[in-house]
Amino acid sequence: MTPKEKYDVVIIGSGPAGLAAAISAKKAGAEDVVIIERDVEPGGILLQCIHNGFGLELLKTDLTGPGYAQTFIDEARSLGVEIWTDTMVLDMTTQRRVYATSKIRGFLDFQARAIVLAMGCRERTRAQVRLAGSRPAGVYTAGTAQRWVNVEGYLPGKRVVILGSGDIGMIMARRLTLEGAKVERVLEVMPYLTGLTRNYVQCLLDYDIPLQLRHTVRNIIGKNRVEAVESVMVDENWNPIAGTSEIIPCDTLLLSVGLIPENELSRKIGVRMDPIVGGPYVDDNFETTIPGIFAAGNVVHVYDLVDWVTEAGYLAGKSAARFAMMERRKEIRHIPLVPGNNVRYVVPQEIDKQNLEGNEIRLQLRVKQPVDSPVYIEVRNRDNLVKRKAEPYVRPGEIVTAVITPKEYDEVNRSDFLQIAVVAR
Amino acid sequence: MPEIYDVVIIGGGVIGCMIARYLSRYQLSILLIEKEADIGMGASSANSAIVHAGYDPVPGSLKAKMNVAANSMWDTLAGELNFPFERRGDYVVAVGSYELSKLALLMDQGRQNGVPGMHLITAEEMRKREPNITPDVSGAVWAPTGGICDPFAVTIAAAENAVQNGVRVLLNTTFEDFLMEGKRIVGINTNRGMYACRWVVNAAGIYSDVVMHKAGVRPEFKISPRKGDYYVLDREEIVINNVLFPVPGTAGKGILVTTTLHGNTIVGPNSRSQDNPEDNSVTPGCLDEVWSGAKKLVPSLNLRHVIALFAGLRSTGNAPCEAPGVDYVGDFVIEIPDQVRGLVNLSGIESPGLTSAPAIALRVIDLLIDAGEHLREKRDWNPIRPPRPRFRDLPHHEKARLVNEDSRYGRVICRCEMITEAEILAEIRAPIPATTYDAIKRRTWLGTGRCLGGFDMPRVVELIAQELRIPQIEVTKRGPGSEFLVRPTKLAEEHYDS
Repeated sequence: MTPKEKYDVVIIGSGPAGLAAAISAKKAGAEDVVIIERDVEPGGILLQCIHNGFGLELLKTDLTGPGYAQTFIDEARSLGVEIWTDTMVLDMTTQRRVYATSKIRGFLDFQARAIVLAMGCRERTRAQVRLAGSRPAGVYTAGTAQRWVNVEGYLPGKRVVILGSGDIGMIMARRLTLEGAKVERVLEVMPYLTGLTRNYVQCLLDYDIPLQLRHTVRNIIGKNRVEAVESVMVDENWNPIAGTSEIIPCDTLLLSVGLIPENELSRKIGVRMDPIVGGPYVDDNFETTIPGIFAAGNVVHVYDLVDWVTEAGYLAGKSAARFAMMERRKEIRHIPLVPGNNVRYVVPQEIDKQNLEGNEIRLQLRVKQPVDSPVYIEVRNRDNLVKRKAEPYVRPGEIVTAVITPKEYDEVNRSDFLQIAVVAR
Repeated sequence: MPEIYDVVIIGGGVIGCMIARYLSRYQLSILLIEKEADIGMGASSANSAIVHAGYDPVPGSLKAKMNVAANSMWDTLAGELNFPFERRGDYVVAVGSYELSKLALLMDQGRQNGVPGMHLITAEEMRKREPNITPDVSGAVWAPTGGICDPFAVTIAAAENAVQNGVRVLLNTTFEDFLMEGKRIVGINTNRGMYACRWVVNAAGIYSDVVMHKAGVRPEFKISPRKGDYYVLDREEIVINNVLFPVPGTAGKGILVTTTLHGNTIVGPNSRSQDNPEDNSVTPGCLDEVWSGAKKLVPSLNLRHVIALFAGLRSTGNAPCEAPGVDYVGDFVIEIPDQVRGLVNLSGIESPGLTSAPAIALRVIDLLIDAGEHLREKRDWNPIRPPRPRFRDLPHHEKARLVNEDSRYGRVICRCEMITEAEILAEIRAPIPATTYDAIKRRTWLGTGRCLGGFDMPRVVELIAQELRIPQIEVTKRGPGSEFLVRPTKLAEEHYDS
């Protein structure tokens, strides 16, 4: 059960994109903003990135991943954003019905006025690079190893080969070295580095970890645990060059072979996808092809710096808030005007609340019985007086006019119906 | 004093487990030993997951008989053991005029084997039924009795039902030798000690030749492992409705394109002979062979959509078919040999072995009766192995009910395949406890999705450690020697020390 049936902006994922989207949605006027996070803490993958270098562009400071995340978690919370952790969205509809499940909150089924997809990305696996060989323990993506070392507190191996010169791979090369593991080398199939140069300098050069370009893993050896990998040099078409094969004894192979936007949910509801980037088609508001469903961050395409993810989140959150507020307007019901004491009818029979924002509304009524002494014409929301007008007398033959002004908006907005009555002065 | 059993079954693959299940009906004490840390870790867990109609085996062979007899048992079996099975039918797809001419042969073979309902369909009809098929299709054979199953679930469900009915299962237990009294087997020796028994069932799969040779049976018989590589594709990217076989060549049924019950397209296997019965690694050459073979049937297959690779080993034997007048080598061996007493010998059970498993189990019972064993049924034999909820497969209101009943269904551990904490714990506490990552994976399909376990692995390791009350560094992927982690980090160690 959710506390409310409807939320203005529901954000899926509490990484940098989701947090930024929540903050900007709130600032743009959305009232009920909630982030749904499947992990037990907010922050997304930033939480396991304990190295520094985050926020240099946007915040002009040098933070760790958790530090960067905390900055935005604090701001979101201070703005009143709800963050539901340990909760996973299972399904959504194009009409923005959301189904989620949580050990603490139970099964959730509620409505979003706008949704921001901010699920981030995941790592490419050994199958996606068609890595041959046996399937023992000890073959991990760099991100899984990073979680084990930095969050869970375990070392996954002592003698490590890393395939791929992506940033996480190089950062893990340094991290594992600091933990006492021996990183034998980093292999990169391309003739160039695929991660940032600063990471090459700070993570590999500074720790004397060799990088071999134009090299890949041809075979994984070991039945139960990795015992060695066979590396090989490749030509420009990635074909192995004869005579360059080398057996590297190790107990662990880490893969840093690229990231893919994570779009299980996006596909499920059927947003149009871009087959090249692997993320949803978006317009310049970061709206997908389904109205009211926005996307931001690595779910759209894989970024190099977190700062730009945050920027994208800001824009998507703002757009989602705008959409949500338009939805709210559509949902606003008209308020009936009900004839009370001595009132035969009133025109209009109901009022559109939106018209009260800046406009007067004129009510015209006829009474049932003449009253020759002074009376009030009263408009009430149950017991609360909305408007009172004095008349010296009322007669069925003469139309009485009353005016509701924008000043009365708040009271009118709170009402289910308004009663109009003639009372003695 | 060693423990004494009526029957010891060597091997916890689908054959051994199915025999244990059917034998558990009778008043027998039964022990099943498995050398790995879980049942079903050999060929039973790396195959095409197909319940064959039975048109493929050579008419007159034991393979043909067992296949066709077993095929019709699967609906009842799936109902009793509660494993996923769908009789979707399968196609043999001809490309070009030469292959088209071969279809009549298959039809004839199917008729001889007694396969019901087969007929030829046109290329046009085939294109309509399977939109992804190659435009060069020239015709096809349709066999409506073909089916697909979850082979892990079949093996596990059979074993669990056996345990429910009193069978004892010992994992990590390796057969070493027979205990003989003259020509009579009186027990076996294992790495965990001796077990006395009256009957030994050799269901050792790829090692079944080694086992029978130790009893002095069929010294000329040899298993020659044949490896087949497979690709698994993302179910969001391509959907195949039915099993698509190519027209068979000389080496088995050829490279097929099929779907799992979870909707993932599978392509494979090729067929390479090798000596090493342990090496099930995938190799670049085999992968290329499989891919080009599969592209012949479905040209739109895209390597970008591959989410997993695996290989399996077939236990191909060299036993000649015993039916008179049938010239075929490589038939199943299902026998009580004359040379020794007390051995039920099963070997060479490659494809269609999974399909044939229930019929093979019944045949073993017949052989035991023929050998003078008085089998008396138990009064309280329960053929039903109760199902466990699969959160992902339920409609929303059922999911909600489950989460309300047990909040651990509310925590999703494997994101791609949507497997919850409650389901994982249920497997760790099952009749045959799943104590390794791969054991849980085979039972729940956790970690088989796009991320290949990248997200769930640390959480599953933690859950196993908690449940088994062992340190996380002792949790393994597939048994001793396959630990995931080596030690706590420096910081964590200080934390644990203080």
